Amino acid sequence: MEKRVTFSRWTVGILFAVPQMLLIFTFFYWPAGQAVYWSLTLQQPWGGGNIWVGLDNFRSILASADYWNSITASLAFAAISTGLAMVIALVLAALTDRQLAGSRFYRVVLIWPYGIAAPALALAFRFILAPEAGFMAVVNRAWPGFWDPGLDGADAMASIIAAFSWKYVGYNFIFFLAAFQAIPRSLIEASAMDGAGVVRRFRDIQFPLITPTIFFLLVINITESFQDSFGIVDIMTSGGPANATNLMVYKIYSDGFKGLDYSGAAAQSIILMMLIVVLTIFQFRFIERRVHYR
Amino acid sequence: MATVDLKDAKKVYSSGVEAVKGVSIAIPDKELCVLVGPSGCGKSTLLRMIAGLETISSGTVAIDGKIVNAVGPAERDIAMVFQNYALYPHMKVYDNMAYGLRNRGTPKDEIDSRVRSTAKVLELSALLDRRPRELSGGQRQRVAMGRAIVRNPKVFLFDEPLSNLDAKLRGQMRVEIKNLQRTLGVTSIYVTHDQLEAMTLADILVVMNAGLVEQIGAPLDIYEAPASTFVASFIGAPPMNLLALTGGLSGPTLADGTAIGFAPADTKAATLGFRPEDADVTFNAKAPSGALVLPATVEAVEPVGAESFLHCAAGGVRIVMRVAGRAAARPGDQLRVVARAEKLHWFDKTGKRVG
Repeated sequence: MEKRVTFSRWTVGILFAVPQMLLIFTFFYWPAGQAVYWSLTLQQPWGGGNIWVGLDNFRSILASADYWNSITASLAFAAISTGLAMVIALVLAALTDRQLAGSRFYRVVLIWPYGIAAPALALAFRFILAPEAGFMAVVNRAWPGFWDPGLDGADAMASIIAAFSWKYVGYNFIFFLAAFQAIPRSLIEASAMDGAGVVRRFRDIQFPLITPTIFFLLVINITESFQDSFGIVDIMTSGGPANATNLMVYKIYSDGFKGLDYSGAAAQSIILMMLIVVLTIFQFRFIERRVHYR
Repeated sequence: MATVDLKDAKKVYSSGVEAVKGVSIAIPDKELCVLVGPSGCGKSTLLRMIAGLETISSGTVAIDGKIVNAVGPAERDIAMVFQNYALYPHMKVYDNMAYGLRNRGTPKDEIDSRVRSTAKVLELSALLDRRPRELSGGQRQRVAMGRAIVRNPKVFLFDEPLSNLDAKLRGQMRVEIKNLQRTLGVTSIYVTHDQLEAMTLADILVVMNAGLVEQIGAPLDIYEAPASTFVASFIGAPPMNLLALTGGLSGPTLADGTAIGFAPADTKAATLGFRPEDADVTFNAKAPSGALVLPATVEAVEPVGAESFLHCAAGGVRIVMRVAGRAAARPGDQLRVVARAEKLHWFDKTGKRVG
């Protein structure tokens, strides 16, 4: 039987829940409600209240090629950066789990990137990937014009993907390593005696046993790539060049706070929120089902 | 199929801890060797060294005459049953059993026939499509055995395979393992801390203590002539009664000053021992000559059905007596324990058997 704390009076329970409820209400439901309201109205330029416009904001956004471009860029960013961050972290964690030389060292080092704020990290990557002075300058010297994120949209996208993946490799690594270490040692030993080499052991035993963690990280990485990318885009590319890295979350900011189109930005927020909700539901419905073996 | 020979095998961990301090055992073909000892005695480490899961610090391990120190676990052609079974939780019973064969590139139809025939022997045929979590403890144990048997290895290793089962199932599985081992005729090494399992299963019993072998022999030989006080108190339940001797003016006496009344079998004897069933309990005051006679006070009576255990204070220590059926004695009763001299065991100061 599960042990539970029970309160003799329901009011005590409510009191304990109030601080958390207040936080969620203040920082989620209230702003989300405001956004819904704004997205259905038009703000007057000189104040004087909002005018109800129904779904007009959504119609105009969805009719804009810029917005569809932003959606495409966001999806590409999410797919590539999640893939990179997860595969690299998985390989590193698998190696660390095997206790190769120096594993203790990079176990610590790999956890740091996640602790760095996105803008600071982006600034560092801006220097590292600068075409004229950074690491890529060497490549440019060999093939002039090969790398220029300031002009080439694909290069700019690659830059923000690199920065974002670098941060999430650390995060994913912690979870993957924990998952690997949770596999009973005797299972690995049993498979070794069953004649499975390192690669086969990974494919047949370890990988299937960490699928719940893989699923969890997939959800988190995709969700975060829609949201946590803001700081990186803002510092590294400001959405450019030519909107190539104008991800949905950044477009909300630039349309709202630079373009002063609050209503349009609010409508975009609602769409982004719906997209994340739909993606998450999809993942839970169709992927999570296949990862339970216990 | 194969012999297993250990020659002065040692295991020293990088921390400097010596888990196995030089063990030599020769296991003939088709015999079941049981390694028994208290936890931390190095028996599991030794088994894992034979399995190839631990490196061998010095000495040699040879399987079928070939030294395998540098051979990986997969190439030693051995199979192991783990304490927690180590079944692959995401694979069906069938795949659990087939996995080792698949890794060795066995043809599909041969895998199928071997898995099914092994499952039949172990009465697992109806469970082949289940996953480990859907099985009871006893069934999981069988699957773990099946996974070992199906590969038809040279040597079976068992690492306390029954310790997760309840007492009744443990008794059943013990008999089954013994029968299987005998019919398959595969050399086996079995680690346990349970002396009953050790006694009943072993062809060769190896009693280990603190990284060293205390005694090797047939179970009953060890029971009847334990090589040390450690073996005497470890093998047998309840254990042998051990009483320390001190030299008195008129010969050796017990801790409470009782003279034993005759000369020990060896002059170096410092401890005497007798099995709980090797002494008579009597209310009669008359003592036969040439026997150890101990006045004893009953402290507790444990009836277990066919026999009863009398816990008594005698000779300054606690001893246990085994009597058939119901015991007539009650706590507080004064009685005499009479052990004939030829039933006594003698040990020197270091605990070694003498006489």
